[in-house]
Amino acid sequence: MQSRLDLLRSKALRYGITLLVFAAAPYFLSSYDVSLLGRFLAMSILALGLSLVWGWGGILSLGQGVFFGLGGYAIAMHLKLAALAPGDLPDFMVWTGMDHLPGWWSVFHNTKFALVAALAAPSLAAAGLAWLVFHRRVGGVYFALITQALALAFGTLLISQQSYTGGFNGLTDFGALFGFPLADPRTERLLYWLTLALLALVFAALQWVLSTDFGKILMAIRDGENRMRFLGYNPAPYKVVAFAIGGACAGVAGALFTLHVGVISPAMVGVVPSIEMVIWVAVGGRSSLLGAIIGTLLVNFGKDRISSALPELWLFVMGLLFVVVVMILPRGLSGIGEHWQRLHGWRFLAKFRKPSDPKQGGRTCVGCTWPYGRRS
Amino acid sequence: MGEGGVIAGQIFNGISVASILLLAALGLALSFGVMNVINMAHGEMLMLGGYLSYLACRVLPGPGGFLVALAVAFGGTFLFGALLEVIVIRRLYGRPLDTLLATWGISLILQQGARSLFGPIGVEVVAPHWLNGSVSMHGTLAGLDLPYVRLFIIVLAIAVLGLVALFIAKTAWGLRLRAVHQDREMAEALGVNTRTVDLVVFALGAGVAGLAGSVLALISPVTPTVGQSYIVYAFLVVIVGGLGSLVGTALAALLVGLFSCSLQIFTSVSLADVLLLVLVILFIQFRPKGIVVRRSRAIEA
Repeated sequence: MQSRLDLLRSKALRYGITLLVFAAAPYFLSSYDVSLLGRFLAMSILALGLSLVWGWGGILSLGQGVFFGLGGYAIAMHLKLAALAPGDLPDFMVWTGMDHLPGWWSVFHNTKFALVAALAAPSLAAAGLAWLVFHRRVGGVYFALITQALALAFGTLLISQQSYTGGFNGLTDFGALFGFPLADPRTERLLYWLTLALLALVFAALQWVLSTDFGKILMAIRDGENRMRFLGYNPAPYKVVAFAIGGACAGVAGALFTLHVGVISPAMVGVVPSIEMVIWVAVGGRSSLLGAIIGTLLVNFGKDRISSALPELWLFVMGLLFVVVVMILPRGLSGIGEHWQRLHGWRFLAKFRKPSDPKQGGRTCVGCTWPYGRRS
Repeated sequence: MGEGGVIAGQIFNGISVASILLLAALGLALSFGVMNVINMAHGEMLMLGGYLSYLACRVLPGPGGFLVALAVAFGGTFLFGALLEVIVIRRLYGRPLDTLLATWGISLILQQGARSLFGPIGVEVVAPHWLNGSVSMHGTLAGLDLPYVRLFIIVLAIAVLGLVALFIAKTAWGLRLRAVHQDREMAEALGVNTRTVDLVVFALGAGVAGLAGSVLALISPVTPTVGQSYIVYAFLVVIVGGLGSLVGTALAALLVGLFSCSLQIFTSVSLADVLLLVLVILFIQFRPKGIVVRRSRAIEA
């Protein structure tokens, strides 16, 4: 009992210190890097949801960009309307010859409605889709392909309905949220902390979800769906709830991302960005929540650095990442981390600690399956 | 052109789109049915076939050049598919979702490679003169032209489908393939070399996709992303068609091609995309295993 408490304490301590370092980032990083970091932390929320869906639920979604986009567009529609003088129309509607605001746009005047929609629209869409597919016991690869088709359809729909969605350029030129001008550096800083706080909240919430019976049943369904059926569980509702949580995370991420970047466009929600989201999680380790965050930050900072120096190289690097991670490191960086920890323990901390069970600090890595991760 | 002509023209377009979809989906359906592998780089096999036939036509500009180009496209993508199977796919056996991701990575590398080699702008394959011209219709369908190129594509697709069906039904390799398709472990126990069967299936699928890319080059320029625009529909064809059934795949390709072309009469291209997806999701509500269901006692089909 004592040791468990110690573990909890040290874990809480580590998380606390990490959180503090990140919270202090605006004071020691350049403003460019902070704005990137804020954006990537927002995307990490999506990665957390994807880790739940894919790593713990075994459901590969190639369409998270759709839910990201629903959240982003919901908040962007509000920002667009908030920046207008009363009675005016958004610029792209004027250009495409619309003469009045459609009803489903004008409800986004209400801030509360927009915030609720940014969360509700992606979760409901995710739940609906998942229900339609899973209750007919269609799953696995089929689901991945259907979500990819969804991403394609959503992207083309956004581009084609220019008079409602701003088309290819998306929605941009925002003014203020709750009266805070978005371009103000102080707002940016507040937004950064808000993102960090929400990320920590989602992280803790998902940790809790995974520790409940729901989390255990979800994992059991991932590992043996038919066995769970024989045991009397219907897998569909569990998968639907998990996917809806993933969709909600994506929606929150999309809304925050839109606030950080000041634009949402079809280029961020289509087939390619959606599958890029999967590699964030895969690099970190699909069934590690912390890994999902680390993977998102690493891949995106890498993308930023590489594509600004050698734009041609990035697609090669990303392609190789997919191949290498899947073939050599199916459990991602967290797999390496666990392996190392089992092999060496926190040896650099050992001198502060009483000598423990000799087996734990041993050199053999019993039960560690690295580099061959769990077969899915 | 009369009302009937427009609709008949769309139907004809639908059939020609369906035949390219069929060629593209055939390999996907085969490798998915036999190996339970989804190859996301399959679209890039189309692209590769297109570029190979472009190169072949540059080397051999004569009237027979395009026939050589077809052979080169098939052979080249066949070999490339075999290489891919040996290097990547067989190491990921039993992990379909991981295969999907790894092959997506390969497709990105191939796309960027093509962009670096050939540039982002498409290259054209000029149709040989014996494919120029069209059949003009009379009577109620007056004004409707059926270009030879599209007729050629339809004929080729039917011929390839027939050849693949013959290969599966009549040859020794086809027998092994059917055995592995029905029960992998049992086939292995009876001495079938399942690895070689996998290799043949995968390479054949890639080769057929290369052919599709080659004929696609006749009607639209070959770009580094040409595969992407067809592959999602090819996946929908596989979903609707059912696991690795040739008949199912053919019917599904026809359905998807005709649906998307006839939807385009009434709505825009993008709305047709959305409606098509909705129809596919509705379809699996009624037939979750596709048009042709493989009866099996196994619980994990």
